[in-house]
Amino acid sequence: MTPRLRRRNRIVAVAGLVAVWLLLWGSFTPLTLAGGIVLALVVLAVFPLPPVTFAGRLRPWPIAVFTALFLRDLLLASAQIAWLAIRPGPPPRSAIIAVPLRVGSDLNLTLTAEAVSLIPGSLIVEADRRTGTLYVHVLGVTGPAGVERARAGVLDLEARIVRAIGSAAELAALDPEGAPR
Amino acid sequence: MTAVLDVLAAVALVSGGLLCLAAGIALVRFPDLLSRMHATAKPQVLGLLLVLIGCGLRLRTAVDITTLVLVGAFALVTAPVAAHMAGRAAYRTGQVRRDLLVTDELADHPPDAP
Repeated sequence: MTPRLRRRNRIVAVAGLVAVWLLLWGSFTPLTLAGGIVLALVVLAVFPLPPVTFAGRLRPWPIAVFTALFLRDLLLASAQIAWLAIRPGPPPRSAIIAVPLRVGSDLNLTLTAEAVSLIPGSLIVEADRRTGTLYVHVLGVTGPAGVERARAGVLDLEARIVRAIGSAAELAALDPEGAPR
Repeated sequence: MTAVLDVLAAVALVSGGLLCLAAGIALVRFPDLLSRMHATAKPQVLGLLLVLIGCGLRLRTAVDITTLVLVGAFALVTAPVAAHMAGRAAYRTGQVRRDLLVTDELADHPPDAP
């Protein structure tokens, strides 16, 4: 990692910690801002973060698309689980599927795993960091068609995340294998 | 204006509470741990978010709302991690109802233990 990248990672981390500090105080004054910066520097010196590289850039429109679809998915997921919970009948069947992600960076793996757990029917059981593979537990699957649909759904989600915050190289990684499998 | 906000707050609080109730019912009725973690990860989080929105609409002070925003953000970030950790431990110790699984692709490729 180049020094420039490391400095950028550190600035992102400090900004995040200061934002949390300001929200905890609930007021934006020079004193809380300065206190937050000092505290963030101390925290980062005492508990160094693992080097999570944020190489991409933020793109407003894809972020808006991702947020809107994510909220819709969260609503659908909650409705689905609530229905499965209160409907009469046998317990729902499920499946564990492997989804090899196309962008294997730690940040992408983490974000996709977080988002997958909050959208309909899926939950992370295991993440293989070496190969960039997520193992997803899917609830309410009845056959092979459902399994493939769930796999395509996770890959779609990954594509939306990379389009929102990925780097140019990561965007390029989406394309050659982007065709539906 | 105040009345409208109060009504919105009531709607959010009640629907959030109902979602949390559904999550509780799911915890009791679902067959195994992996299915139950779905309930704690989704309706529970959305229910909490709705309750927080309801509180925010009712309290209407900056100090309270920033705290509620933090609670919501950390719930969104940590709930999937907690579900993942519990699910992973359950899978590795064999607490999975295999008769309910359509397929298990993790069985063919066990990842290296860290």
